[in-house]
Amino acid sequence: MNSSQIRELFPILQQEINGHPLVYLDSAATSQKPESVIHAVKRYYEWDNANVHRGVHTLGSRATDAYEGAREKLQKFINARSTQEIIFTRGTTTAINLVASSYARAVCGEGDEIVITPMEHHSNLIPWQQVAKATGAVLKYIPLQPDGSITIADAEATITERTKFVSVMYVSNVLGVVNPVKEIAAIAHRHGAKMLVDGAQSTPHMKIDVQDLDCDFYTLSGHKMCAPTGIGALYGKKVLLEGMEPIEFGGEMIDHVDLYNSTWKELPWKFEGGTPIIAGAVGLGAAIDFLQEIGLHNIDAHEKQLTAYAMDRMSGIPDISIYGPRDNRAGLITFNLGDVHPHDVATVLDTEGIAIRAGHHCCQPLMRWLEVSATARASFYLYNTEQDVDRLVEALLKTKEYFGHAIG
Amino acid sequence: MQLDDLYRRVIMDHYKNPRNRGQLEDGAVTIELNNPTCGDKIQLQMQVEDNIVKAAKFVGEGCSISLSSASMMTEAVKGHTLDEALEMAEKFSSLMKGEEVDFGDYEDLEALSGVNKFPARIKCATLAWNALRKGIEQSEHKS
Repeated sequence: MNSSQIRELFPILQQEINGHPLVYLDSAATSQKPESVIHAVKRYYEWDNANVHRGVHTLGSRATDAYEGAREKLQKFINARSTQEIIFTRGTTTAINLVASSYARAVCGEGDEIVITPMEHHSNLIPWQQVAKATGAVLKYIPLQPDGSITIADAEATITERTKFVSVMYVSNVLGVVNPVKEIAAIAHRHGAKMLVDGAQSTPHMKIDVQDLDCDFYTLSGHKMCAPTGIGALYGKKVLLEGMEPIEFGGEMIDHVDLYNSTWKELPWKFEGGTPIIAGAVGLGAAIDFLQEIGLHNIDAHEKQLTAYAMDRMSGIPDISIYGPRDNRAGLITFNLGDVHPHDVATVLDTEGIAIRAGHHCCQPLMRWLEVSATARASFYLYNTEQDVDRLVEALLKTKEYFGHAIG
Repeated sequence: MQLDDLYRRVIMDHYKNPRNRGQLEDGAVTIELNNPTCGDKIQLQMQVEDNIVKAAKFVGEGCSISLSSASMMTEAVKGHTLDEALEMAEKFSSLMKGEEVDFGDYEDLEALSGVNKFPARIKCATLAWNALRKGIEQSEHKS
């Protein structure tokens, strides 16, 4: 895989920021979009735009085919058994909230347990706090090891007969940890609990097989995997989705409506009220084609190599603190540069044309666990190169020097 | 976009040697504010007597811009009436919009004028001033 050539396929990367060629190292927040995705969305609006499932005209059929075609692509992409198991949502946050509101609230009661980890993104933490508060269930955390990873033994010890639901992120957006979600799902199932895997940070970077993971629910966001914002999906095992009530009512999700009672469409449409994000789904379909053409194993290998290179080079910077394990990590490095606040680091890097993230990364409990108020983060994707890492390291050294004089 | 516009000597001096860092005795008006987008925090305390800010102190976590702004703000409002302090907060908002502002005998604040060229950092600079506005509101309710 040649990342310099791939870089050429992303129009946004062909610009200068503050007089320097853009180095985009914030893909964990949102990825950039290749020309093919931008073109697919544009083409859809120029030629096919119509509402889905209701137009009797040609455009209506084209739009429906494009929308349902994207669902089929996603089903194959994550190896779900059927398209009925793929619900389009706005993204991971909406998908997790759907499961929390529709499934977990119905099955949890006083004294039941919900198990998560302290490294979860706010989107996979607050919905469970809310379920616990509403149902009287107890929220329990699988503890973190000193390097931020979790062990199977701790998962075994935390998940009990009282556990009704387990929800864990596949890849941490701060620590870069790849969690053993397949093993945790097996533990959950042994105790009769259901398991959700938050795949926001894993789906863009590695081959996902929901049947192999044997998770009950899996969530993903399109915008982190080269697709537009506002489109994502919930995968759920059909038997579970069939038993769940919709939480959004109206529009395309209805079957028969009387003055006082109504019935719902079958899966997956019963969870897709209103006019869906049709162009977003079209863009997601194009993004899946793009990623598959390059190959998820190639993307994975490229990121591992780049992260190892970055880890080696960044470890050499004086006073740098790097968070999370050194090995078995995804393509992102979260760090702090001595006494320099991450905002100040990000501002200096921006003047050099380098985009990184600074802040709490929507993981405030994890920041407290790390005993910092904020961190800086460089995250990589298929279009990043070793030159990007070199530019980052140079700019970090420059930042150190600049603030070394200023702060003393 | 020049870094030195943002990180002027006077700003780094306030960051390195913050004025009025700490806590006041009981009875002071206490405001706690955070910036949910980045996690910066400030606790501001004000001792107000006869409508005059007798003392102002802060503790908090944040970047050089947010902490130096807090340091300058607490220096600037001390000894002024609540109305004058509010007027300063208004002037500071104007400064962040790129307008020219005269802070009278407290010129240090003008060093923060460079922040308006860095729009992503305006929220850092205004955190302490938002705390001040709340503090003024609470003090007025008390009296």
